[in-house]
Amino acid sequence: MLRRMQYEAAGRIGAPFLAALEAWQRRLRPRGAPRESPFGPPLEATRKLKELMTAHYFQGRYADGAVPVAWVTSGFPVEVLRPLGFHAVYPENHAALCGVRRIVPELSDAAEAEGYARDLCSYARTDVGSLLTGSTPVGRLPRPDLLACCTNICQTVLYWYRALAAKLGVPLVLVDTPYVYGEAKPHHRAYVRAQLEELVAVAERVSGRKIDPEELAEATRKAKEGSELWGECLAAATSKPAPWTGFDGFFHIAPIVTLRGTDACNAYYRLLRDELCDRVRRGVGGIRREEHRLLWDNLPIWFAVREISTTLAERGFNFVCTSYTNAWAEAGSRVDPADPLGSAGVAYTHVILNQDLRHRLDTLRRLAREYQVDGAVLHSDRSCKPYSVGQVDLKERLAAELGLRVLLLEADHNDPRAWASEQADNRLTAFMESFA
Amino acid sequence: MTPSVAIGLDAGSTTFKAVAVDAGGRVLAARVEPASPRVEEQARRVVGELRAAAGPVAADARVGATGYGRKRIPAALALTEITCHARGAFSRTRRPGVLVDVGGQDTKVIRVGPAGEVLDFAMNDKCAAGTGRFLEVILGRLHVPLDAVGEHVARAAGAVAVSSTCTVFAESEVISLVADGAPIEGIVKGLHQALASRVATLARTTAGGGAEVFMSGGVALNAAMVEALGKALGKPIAVVPEPQLVGALGAALAVMAR
Repeated sequence: MLRRMQYEAAGRIGAPFLAALEAWQRRLRPRGAPRESPFGPPLEATRKLKELMTAHYFQGRYADGAVPVAWVTSGFPVEVLRPLGFHAVYPENHAALCGVRRIVPELSDAAEAEGYARDLCSYARTDVGSLLTGSTPVGRLPRPDLLACCTNICQTVLYWYRALAAKLGVPLVLVDTPYVYGEAKPHHRAYVRAQLEELVAVAERVSGRKIDPEELAEATRKAKEGSELWGECLAAATSKPAPWTGFDGFFHIAPIVTLRGTDACNAYYRLLRDELCDRVRRGVGGIRREEHRLLWDNLPIWFAVREISTTLAERGFNFVCTSYTNAWAEAGSRVDPADPLGSAGVAYTHVILNQDLRHRLDTLRRLAREYQVDGAVLHSDRSCKPYSVGQVDLKERLAAELGLRVLLLEADHNDPRAWASEQADNRLTAFMESFA
Repeated sequence: MTPSVAIGLDAGSTTFKAVAVDAGGRVLAARVEPASPRVEEQARRVVGELRAAAGPVAADARVGATGYGRKRIPAALALTEITCHARGAFSRTRRPGVLVDVGGQDTKVIRVGPAGEVLDFAMNDKCAAGTGRFLEVILGRLHVPLDAVGEHVARAAGAVAVSSTCTVFAESEVISLVADGAPIEGIVKGLHQALASRVATLARTTAGGGAEVFMSGGVALNAAMVEALGKALGKPIAVVPEPQLVGALGAALAVMAR
């Protein structure tokens, strides 16, 4: 009871207090002369994003013992857990935060010392390292009552979550999604749906509650709406100049990943969409001088997002779309509140990483045309093999069919030890010079 | 008004290359020397020497810079080696094709278009196993000077297989091979094949099937390497004249055109 009161107070009083404190500190900070920046004016919504994510992680510190806690993979149908009152934690999102804060090497060292190979996904190493050391930029992550894993993004999550389950001694629910060539077959759909029904049974047992079908339909409706709103935010960048950068999108993606199926998520994206549409009307760009528009494929390089976007923006290059941020906009179309479990099974089976290379190529081609790009950077991500396989072929096809200039950039999404700044800068600069 | 002389500097990881060219692209003076860690100083001195060697017409020559040290050189224009090698090579070959530059620190494969433009390129990842450093380290270990490489390869009865995965591992592998009595000539030949196979793999990610293949960079002076790469790619390789100067030449031509 006391724990529940702490959890509620953290959300209703603590988080707004932190936001007010941050605003007050910001006002007190001395302002120097404005620096020469290649970027457009910052988005107003970013402040709200910080508040929202700070509140989520701050409240999470008090979640265990107050409400049921689930650790979930980014491609998991989390809306099924919402009506049962779960506080959902996304280790991948948390790992990305560690990446941005550049604390991954020490966390990874701890995981490697425990026997996890350096060739393993850097998200998994970050997560395991954080668990082993207790080190996190968010103060504290709540211990889970349930681990929820969906294999639609990779097979690594299966072993990663099994390792977590063994370490933490909590139940693991697995949703195994068959890889799709074209369209999922009826037996695929039945197979996934049956697993979602099992998930409901386990989640009900863990939370001690029965799922209310109306509440499930409502959470599903919100998840669908959230995905559509996110899609509208991204689509604003089809305008010239794009009102924000694709790299802004990497940060503003956080709510659709971690708060999908909630009012807070959707309210945020309405705010962001309205601001982006307003910038489009006023012709305000994400960078000051947009001369070339690019597409980005694969996860961001979290620790170097700023470095890369600045290098590019200084020469008039903007990433206006990314296949990664687009993935969360695509999911909504197949979600149906009238059939939450059935449609979730279909929607989550058809995510980009669970579909064949032809679908990847079609998606990249469509994005390239809709966003009118003249080049693409394919991040060959050492840590994400499912996303990186096939990129040499994708590169050739995009160049031959759409006349795009395409760069294959080798890096890692979260481990700066696999990143050579000077070499990457050389490749990006040579790539930009080839547009002259 | 286009200046009559331009200077191009290529501050590479192993060697520092410099040329002064006239408006017709003819090389008036050139320098190749080991790269100094004090690149600004080296650049200043070499520019002075080139100006003196090229004569009074070079007094107002502008400087174009390329190579890893380019950002530290005071120059009118700084461009990457990719752009400069393509430009320099095209000025000599006047033909589109695939240009392979095996440098000290990295290997570049550049698809050059019909106007000398860069259509596409690929470089080795963060590893020296496909670069000139690979040869340099291991030949040093075998006490084979660079100018004796051709002779060694010609004398080899057969090639001894050497791994190309990692320069450091290959070095220890070579030490074991020598200890086991493997012939030095065979190891040198094997080394060339290992490097050629690595470069050919990179070239295949970029090269258009039927395109003509050119080679620039210091390693192109090593005829055994050119031959090994030709065999690995299954086609003859044309070495760009004065291959070591191609990057510096491209930088000079680029600054001349500005």
